Amino acid sequence: MFDGSLEGLLTSIFEVFERKTKDVNLVEEYRYRPSAFDRNIVISSNSEKANRVWKGLQKNISTSALRDFYQCFLSEQEGISQVLLDFACYVFNNPGKDIEQNFGDKNVLKVSQVSKQVYREKHRFEAFVRFKSTSDDIYFATGEPDFNILPLLINHFQKRYADQKWVIYDMKRNYGIFYDLFSVTTVTIDADELKHKLKKENQALSQTEKEFQKLWQVYFKSTNIESRKNTKLHLRHVPKRYWKYLVEKQVEL
Amino acid sequence: MNEKVVEKLQILAQAAKYDVSCASSGSNRKNINGGLGNASNGICHSYTEDGRCVSLLKILLTNHCIFDCAYCVSRKSNDIKRAAFTVQEVVDLTINFYRRNYIEGLFLSSGIFKDADYTMERLVRIAKKLRTEERFNGYIHLKAIPGASDELMHDAGLYADRLSVNLELPTEAGLKLLAPDKSHRDVIKPMTYLSNKIKEYKSDKSLVKYNSYFAPAGQSTQMVIGATPESDKEIMYTADNYYKTFNLKRVYYSGYVPVSSDARLPALGTVPPMARENRLYQTDWLMRFYKFDVKEILNDRNPRLDLDIDPKFSWALRNTHVFPVNINTAEYEMILRIPGIGVASAKKIISARKFGALAAEQLKKLGVAFNRARYFIICKNDYILKDFLPSQIKQLVLNESQSKYLKTASSQFSLF
Repeated sequence: MFDGSLEGLLTSIFEVFERKTKDVNLVEEYRYRPSAFDRNIVISSNSEKANRVWKGLQKNISTSALRDFYQCFLSEQEGISQVLLDFACYVFNNPGKDIEQNFGDKNVLKVSQVSKQVYREKHRFEAFVRFKSTSDDIYFATGEPDFNILPLLINHFQKRYADQKWVIYDMKRNYGIFYDLFSVTTVTIDADELKHKLKKENQALSQTEKEFQKLWQVYFKSTNIESRKNTKLHLRHVPKRYWKYLVEKQVEL
Repeated sequence: MNEKVVEKLQILAQAAKYDVSCASSGSNRKNINGGLGNASNGICHSYTEDGRCVSLLKILLTNHCIFDCAYCVSRKSNDIKRAAFTVQEVVDLTINFYRRNYIEGLFLSSGIFKDADYTMERLVRIAKKLRTEERFNGYIHLKAIPGASDELMHDAGLYADRLSVNLELPTEAGLKLLAPDKSHRDVIKPMTYLSNKIKEYKSDKSLVKYNSYFAPAGQSTQMVIGATPESDKEIMYTADNYYKTFNLKRVYYSGYVPVSSDARLPALGTVPPMARENRLYQTDWLMRFYKFDVKEILNDRNPRLDLDIDPKFSWALRNTHVFPVNINTAEYEMILRIPGIGVASAKKIISARKFGALAAEQLKKLGVAFNRARYFIICKNDYILKDFLPSQIKQLVLNESQSKYLKTASSQFSLF
């Protein structure tokens, strides 16, 4: 088992590949359940080993396959570490064979599929993030992404909203990304403090903020064509779990 | 902002909603000046309850109009509330919605008040203000008004990402019937001007990149279908012709939603032809991404698309002699033509088969709709007989699938 970090995962790949260990079952610490039949080895993260594995992957697979690998890691799905381990070993055992294209292999296919899921969630967040302008002149958004996708959002939001300060906060994982007009940093706000702040902001929304939220609701309603109502399609595009954070899905102001 | 703006937004969004385009993709405008926004791949920020994407703030500048087109809700003779935004109001709405990540940009159209130039000048002024004063680099789609001067068209191209001129109806005969003041000739002139300018800007490498944007997302058009009696063949041949002649990025097909009790039109309360609209879009896709010639799908023997099955499946059933196709050896173009296999799966198949012949189980996992594809392919460990009649295949596939249109289709029949 390993600590759940990317560095830990890469270190584990290094150890397994170096020691030619067979029948490994790689799990994250927080998912570990002791078993009478298995021998438990704890892998501690090592940046040098991790780096070597990362460089090795860089050398043997394309940039897009490397991105798939990273996005899979961010999925935090159960069993994904094992898939990534098997995938990496498959890569290192077949150098120069472009095996990332072999979608007939179950791990290669899985990596590309899970990566796609993560990409979709990232894309949904690029769409569904709703900023509210707050009293301290920061555009603030909160959400609960299925996967740990904040790192994937930085580039898009930084380029787009270059002239306004903003925060996107992951309520599930309790951290956020903050752009201060110069660069993006990771921020953590104490859960109680955050709750208090959000409540306060909601009570004291500026007049302008309220107006534009209302205008957006009005627009959303007016642009709908009632005789074409298609709830199934609507729900497929905007699953209910995102509604909580969408201005247009709140009670009319 | 005040109550007045709320009311205007209500009226002018409702008046604009029948224009179906909401694309915000295909541009490459970057946020170069440290300003606000960029335009690239297009994002749908929300979806209305009818399931359509909300990507742009889609509004009319005004719904006052000097024309009286029977199919249009803003026609002169219609007794409805009229409103008009000021330039500043549109700018404020756009910027503030954009800053909150509600939209990708603005899609601005307008009823014709006074004349074409007068209307177009105001549309251009809004785009110019957004670009120069607000340093806005988000997506702007402007409606190009037929009859406006070349100078205004040129300015529009400098500030907008996409321009569109609507064909309104698929044929000249349809226009004669419902919009006698209009003609496709009026549309061809601005389309020609724009397509030439777009080409010119694209090929002229001497211009500095910053200054070289001219409608980088190209031009598109729309036609209303089901308001007039054109066949699918006539509609798609028109589309094909305009795609080829003017290098259009998109043609939109807008199923007519009854907005008038005019005897020339389907009655109020008639269900919009959504299934047909969907089949037209599928045909459009086959032409643009699946390398089909429109004549293969629609011709004198088959002037109408099947409503119960998609046009590719329908084509395959008419051409069983080219099947079965061997998944492990066939050309990409042929794999694309197999029912149940899309562009993404076709590409995956081409990559994966280099590592060994693919079997049914693998195809399913790759995302192939196997219940349809199975009747048309040969793969490793193949076990399905291929000597069904086309009608049998159709029945077998329909029995297994739950077509989203079967329900609507049967409820339409029960009306008669």
